[in-house]
Amino acid sequence: MRGGRIDPVSIVLRIAACASAACAALAGVGMIGFILIKGVPHIAPSLFAWRYTSDNVSMTPAIINTVIMTAMALLIAAPLGILAAVYLSEYARRGSRAVRIIRVASETLAGIPSIIYGLFGFLFFVVALRWGLSMLAGGFTLSIMILPLVTRTAEEALLAVPDMYREGSFALGAGRVRTVFRVALPAAAPGILAGVILAVGRVVGESAALILTAGTAAKASASLMKSGRTMAVHMYNLSSEGLHINQTYACAVVLIALAAMINALSSWAARKAERAALGGGND
Amino acid sequence: MSMRASIRNAASVGTARGLRSRAAAETVMRIVFLIAACACILCVGLICAFLLANGAPAIARIGPLKFLFGLDWKPGRNLYGAAPMIVGSLFVTAGAVIAGVPIGVLTAVFLARFCGKRLYRFISPAISMMAGIPSVVYGFFGMTALVPVMRAWFGAGKSVLTASILLGIMILPTVIRVSESALRAVPDSYYEGAAALGASRERSVFFCVLPAAKSGVIAAVVLGIGRAIGETMAVIMVAGNQAVMPGGILSGVRTLTANIALEMGYAADLHREALIGCAVVLFAFILLINLLLSAVKRKGA
Repeated sequence: MRGGRIDPVSIVLRIAACASAACAALAGVGMIGFILIKGVPHIAPSLFAWRYTSDNVSMTPAIINTVIMTAMALLIAAPLGILAAVYLSEYARRGSRAVRIIRVASETLAGIPSIIYGLFGFLFFVVALRWGLSMLAGGFTLSIMILPLVTRTAEEALLAVPDMYREGSFALGAGRVRTVFRVALPAAAPGILAGVILAVGRVVGESAALILTAGTAAKASASLMKSGRTMAVHMYNLSSEGLHINQTYACAVVLIALAAMINALSSWAARKAERAALGGGND
Repeated sequence: MSMRASIRNAASVGTARGLRSRAAAETVMRIVFLIAACACILCVGLICAFLLANGAPAIARIGPLKFLFGLDWKPGRNLYGAAPMIVGSLFVTAGAVIAGVPIGVLTAVFLARFCGKRLYRFISPAISMMAGIPSVVYGFFGMTALVPVMRAWFGAGKSVLTASILLGIMILPTVIRVSESALRAVPDSYYEGAAALGASRERSVFFCVLPAAKSGVIAAVVLGIGRAIGETMAVIMVAGNQAVMPGGILSGVRTLTANIALEMGYAADLHREALIGCAVVLFAFILLINLLLSAVKRKGA
């Protein structure tokens, strides 16, 4: 059909593809633009005041809680996930039964919605272990939630390390453990980092699981056994109270900015990982 | 006895001892790695155990049929029929698929085959950005922008339709990313072959490359379904949350996830356990979706 007559099917298909892409872009850009236009004018210094009061719904305590929560979840999930990835990529035989079972478990975990994590965290950490609604319960719940993400990305990064690195290390007389820690992990570091940063993004954006485990106390929590709300939960509470709509928009702007930052960092790390994989032994 | 002593002597010689302790360290670390890898299994086991142990007795006490098909959810009167929420979840998820999947797949085709490099450098980060935005922000956008528009156009703000559209937008990044990589994995020879036979560019892509990427595209759709059925906060903010059977796409609706999030805070006794029962139903859906996904992947491989 090329050249001569005009083929209507081709034109319709082309238009459908272009229009859909335009729709998708419009949805994304429209939403971000809407929030930015409504929110940016309401970002005021008072919103970052040290204390939260019912008149001035400062987000500083929520930001502090978010940092603590992220640190806690990463402290638990990152080492566990990376060690698990080392087992899967460096020790286990490919396709062995153990690997298959671990992979199924990890995929199941990855598919579980956050509200079920929240419910489990509530039943296990809050009720069964008697931790109460606390930052600690929230952190443990989120660490389980991000575990599959960290494991999978770290495993992929380790598998991308060329085998000649390991062979070189073995040839120099290094053992397996030394090879893992001195050769494979450093070479895979950028890829692992990209996954960990994605996990940070999930922690920062999480709300459903945290409402049931860490509660919604508006103060910066004085101890890990106290309840505290992160940024996302803070924003949900503000929007459901409905008294501070402008401040809610401002919160949304901060959350979007955080998401953009995390996104940029993660893709920077991923690019670095790609370059390292392509560069081979040149650098 | 003497033999053991001689071994001990041998071990005390420098290199031999070094080798032995190194072998021990290797074994210890191997076990450490294995334990870490088993953490996933432990977590899945714990989650299943806790949900079933708390949810199954409640379902049994309410009566499985009454729980699954009962139309009344009135905790105050000890009526726990989860059917409205189950149907609500299915409605909203189906709506999200109808709203999001065609646009998502077509966008993936556009990105993989028709998009110029410069445009791609603009759109691709925007899609990653959409994937990273928290669901509360989506929900708030739905509440403040989508709901008033829907009220003006259809007379009903918070409804199945609004929730479907919002969820459709939310699953876009998943659907686009996964189908795009499936499309890119199709060997160029497919496209070239079709083009060489005289097919136009569009026909080659849609009738030759897209069918070849079928299993990846289906996997994308299934992943999107998983995201939609599990979404909680965004749905709460735009769906109205009435615990009654939705009468049509313009009536309010409450999903399983919303039911748990809204009532868990104050529920006690049988009410709490009935909510956990809802989570068991949701978990069953998720497991079904996972099975579907691995079946699709196996077929594709």
